[in-house]
Amino acid sequence: MMDLLFDPLFRLPLLIGLCASIVLPLLGAFLHAREEWLAALGVAHVTAAAQLVGAALGWPLLASGFLGAVIAVAAKQLSAQQGNLGYALMMLAGWAVLYLVAANSSLGESLGHALSDGQIFLVGKEQFIAILLVSLPFVACIPWWSQRLLRARFFSGYEQANKLPAWRWHGSFDLLSALLLAFSTASLGLMASFALVILPAWAVFGWSTSWKQSLVASVIIGVISYLIAFMIALSEDQPFAPVQVAILLTLAVLSRLSHLVIHRIK
Amino acid sequence: MSLLHLQDITVGYQKPILARVTFQVKKGEVLGLSGSNGCGKSTLLKALSGEARIFSGIVTKLPELKISLQKQHPPRLADFPLSAHEYLTLMAADKAMLPPRLELLRHKRVDSLSGGQFQLLSIFACLASPSQLVLLDEPTNNLDPAGVSLLLEMLKNRRPEQGVILISHDHDFVHAATTRQIDLTTLHCSDL
Repeated sequence: MMDLLFDPLFRLPLLIGLCASIVLPLLGAFLHAREEWLAALGVAHVTAAAQLVGAALGWPLLASGFLGAVIAVAAKQLSAQQGNLGYALMMLAGWAVLYLVAANSSLGESLGHALSDGQIFLVGKEQFIAILLVSLPFVACIPWWSQRLLRARFFSGYEQANKLPAWRWHGSFDLLSALLLAFSTASLGLMASFALVILPAWAVFGWSTSWKQSLVASVIIGVISYLIAFMIALSEDQPFAPVQVAILLTLAVLSRLSHLVIHRIK
Repeated sequence: MSLLHLQDITVGYQKPILARVTFQVKKGEVLGLSGSNGCGKSTLLKALSGEARIFSGIVTKLPELKISLQKQHPPRLADFPLSAHEYLTLMAADKAMLPPRLELLRHKRVDSLSGGQFQLLSIFACLASPSQLVLLDEPTNNLDPAGVSLLLEMLKNRRPEQGVILISHDHDFVHAATTRQIDLTTLHCSDL
């Protein structure tokens, strides 16, 4: 089974998924901190819909992904006052457009299923470049964001009192998050990407002793779950996204339960 | 030297709540604001931090004045793995000034601290930050007598040039902690 990991035929899918499984859990930790984890699902639906429209019009992935991210960020800003309801509205709008375009476009139909179910074994260089172009700046920004985004959360009012240019860190985080969701959705599928965003952080937040430790631990869970899902999906000829979600869910629940049991024994 | 000078300012939200407030805060000073419940003490602090509206008057601040604000209910997330050490780092607090009682908590998660422990940590984060002016809204909330003593000690041991404006309903604490007090009750403008 391990041979599948090193099969040259699947090298690109492996690398794309590895990239996503490292970065999406980090994104998830920040979204949990901002209590915006549901936003990931709304943003992923909007970006997926934009990419499907782009595919139907013959646009390159990078262009449609960027446009989708900009639309998603604008929609998130506009619905910010509504909180979770706003994110649900984004999700429903994205979902409706996604499946209407899929139903009315021969080109979009296959991509519609791919966005929903995941097409990790069919991805190419374009997806790899897209996810790499977003992941690298995302990881590079983490130390800068950590201090500023968490300070905004725990010391609300500080930015306003000191007239800080807070739009720089909030805006860059929103835009890179949306781009990351756009390109990971195009490769891993909508639900697999969403699961990689919310579950690793949730799995480790119960027992991590610090923010830094929780970031490392959530990446480890993300990568392990991805590698297992990748091998099982290939060897057993299963759709990737549901396998990824099932494995991640199992690992996350086990992590939370084992923490509870250890806590009770102590 | 004056860190902040308010001249006849009127503050509130949709409507004015407090009118014609005039005072200044000098370096090293601890100014106590008192007044009956609902007279607008917290609104005044929020106006200074930009969260409430200033209807009229003149606010003069020292150029590049850095302000820290400790709210009446400082936010804390449940099930969130932020250590006390990391919490202090968010405000660039000087951890060398950490009192022994808080030093013991340094590696604990913020969400595992008691209400009083968290209150003290949150105040310390503001006082030990590089801010020249610290605004404290009801800093004795959740504190037992030992906690209040530690708070007084923290105020005494802060950087000497730092100015503080605090609001508290605890008169004994206000008298012990501040160098000057202003009663805002008469400036409340519910009839406006």
